[in-house]
Amino acid sequence: MAMKNKSLVSINDYSKSEYLKILDLAEDFEKNPVRDLMSGRVVATLFFEPSTRTRLSFESAVNRLGGKVIGFSDTDSSSVSKGETLYDTIKIVSNYCDLIVMRHPLEGSARFASEISKVPIINAGDGANQHPSQTLLDLYSIKKTQERLDDINIFMVGDLKYGRTVHSLLMAMSKFKTTFNFIAPDELKMPDEYKLFLDSLGLRYFEHRDFTDIISEADIIYMTRVQKERFSDPIEYEKTKNTYILKNHMLKNTKPNVKVLHPLPRVNEIDPCIDINPKAYYFTQALNGVYVRQAIITSILGLI
Amino acid sequence: MKDKILVVSAIKDGTVIDHIQAISLFKVISILGLDKIDKTITFGTNLESKKLGRKAIIKLSDIFFKDKDINKIALVAPDAKLNIIRNYEVVEKKVVEVPDEISGIVKCMNPQCITNYEKVVTEFDVISKKDVKLKCRYCEKITDQENMEILK
Repeated sequence: MAMKNKSLVSINDYSKSEYLKILDLAEDFEKNPVRDLMSGRVVATLFFEPSTRTRLSFESAVNRLGGKVIGFSDTDSSSVSKGETLYDTIKIVSNYCDLIVMRHPLEGSARFASEISKVPIINAGDGANQHPSQTLLDLYSIKKTQERLDDINIFMVGDLKYGRTVHSLLMAMSKFKTTFNFIAPDELKMPDEYKLFLDSLGLRYFEHRDFTDIISEADIIYMTRVQKERFSDPIEYEKTKNTYILKNHMLKNTKPNVKVLHPLPRVNEIDPCIDINPKAYYFTQALNGVYVRQAIITSILGLI
Repeated sequence: MKDKILVVSAIKDGTVIDHIQAISLFKVISILGLDKIDKTITFGTNLESKKLGRKAIIKLSDIFFKDKDINKIALVAPDAKLNIIRNYEVVEKKVVEVPDEISGIVKCMNPQCITNYEKVVTEFDVISKKDVKLKCRYCEKITDQENMEILK
């Protein structure tokens, strides 16, 4: 398989058929997540900045497959705090394991690591750049809830300017017949480069400041956090913040198949009342992350 | 008249790089590593040019470039023209073209890019040649002409 021994740094490293392969494998892992496929294998999780969900999800994936995990969850407990370069850390750690899962605050750090490491790298987030396993679990969640990946009308809501998850998801969904609706304040609109990219593929997209009137068209509502610090004018933030909060009554006239997704953590952009609405899917989405990561890890290690 | 003689003074074999914007001369020298070559090289700068205002010229005796190497200067001297000289005659004229890939010449403009922290040779894919846009292979961000900084 082409994925074997190949690092996963960017969502653009995989083809459409490789996405579908991962999603099929993830479906198998969902049916049977505890399998002794990784006996004797060691995965290093190097988290140069903290992340609860992603790290635990990767570690859970490895543990359920019978593998072992080594690593660190913040730089205070590693030699990075003594000033060691990323180059040296990767050179050394790649001697100790079969696969490295890393998160690092600097963009491009995972690509750099993949060039110097003896073992494959899975990028679990490099600054604001890429987080491909998140995108694959988003795809899995869309496929599972909609039973298809083509002809989806996806609403992306909130911070579309800085949000790395929406950018990667856009790139991945552009391989399917997707209609995009971008709902964001002017200060956080989808960057032009992504819109030009969709233009070049002839895919449809629409931009809105508000989504209450159009929400009935959505198949997927992908919520993201609107952070106060992204606004140059705090008054502008106060004026706009409530526009991008999803409330239960807004889901009333939506399609029966609609699902609300969120990469998490959320702050206040999804009203907790929605949690018990069957259209809320974000917690199951996080669970899907374990199966998708099992699929990615076993594909890269050539275990299936 | 004296200046004119100097400018047109001929070389027997080698390369003349003409139509360099005067402001870019030292960048061209640096990119081509001319400060480390022991052959005879003549530089002229702030010469009058109808097209460029002030231009610079470099005459290199017994030096010939591969297209791959000379095209590196297209980023800072897009109008540069090359005259290849053999036995005092111009045997070939060439223009420079922005290459498809740029390695180790340009600084990534993203302050959060790993290439600005660790010892990494920058690598870019050229996604636009006319209004130059470079995509960093590490952080995937775009460095445009306006924000381009030459590394050496």
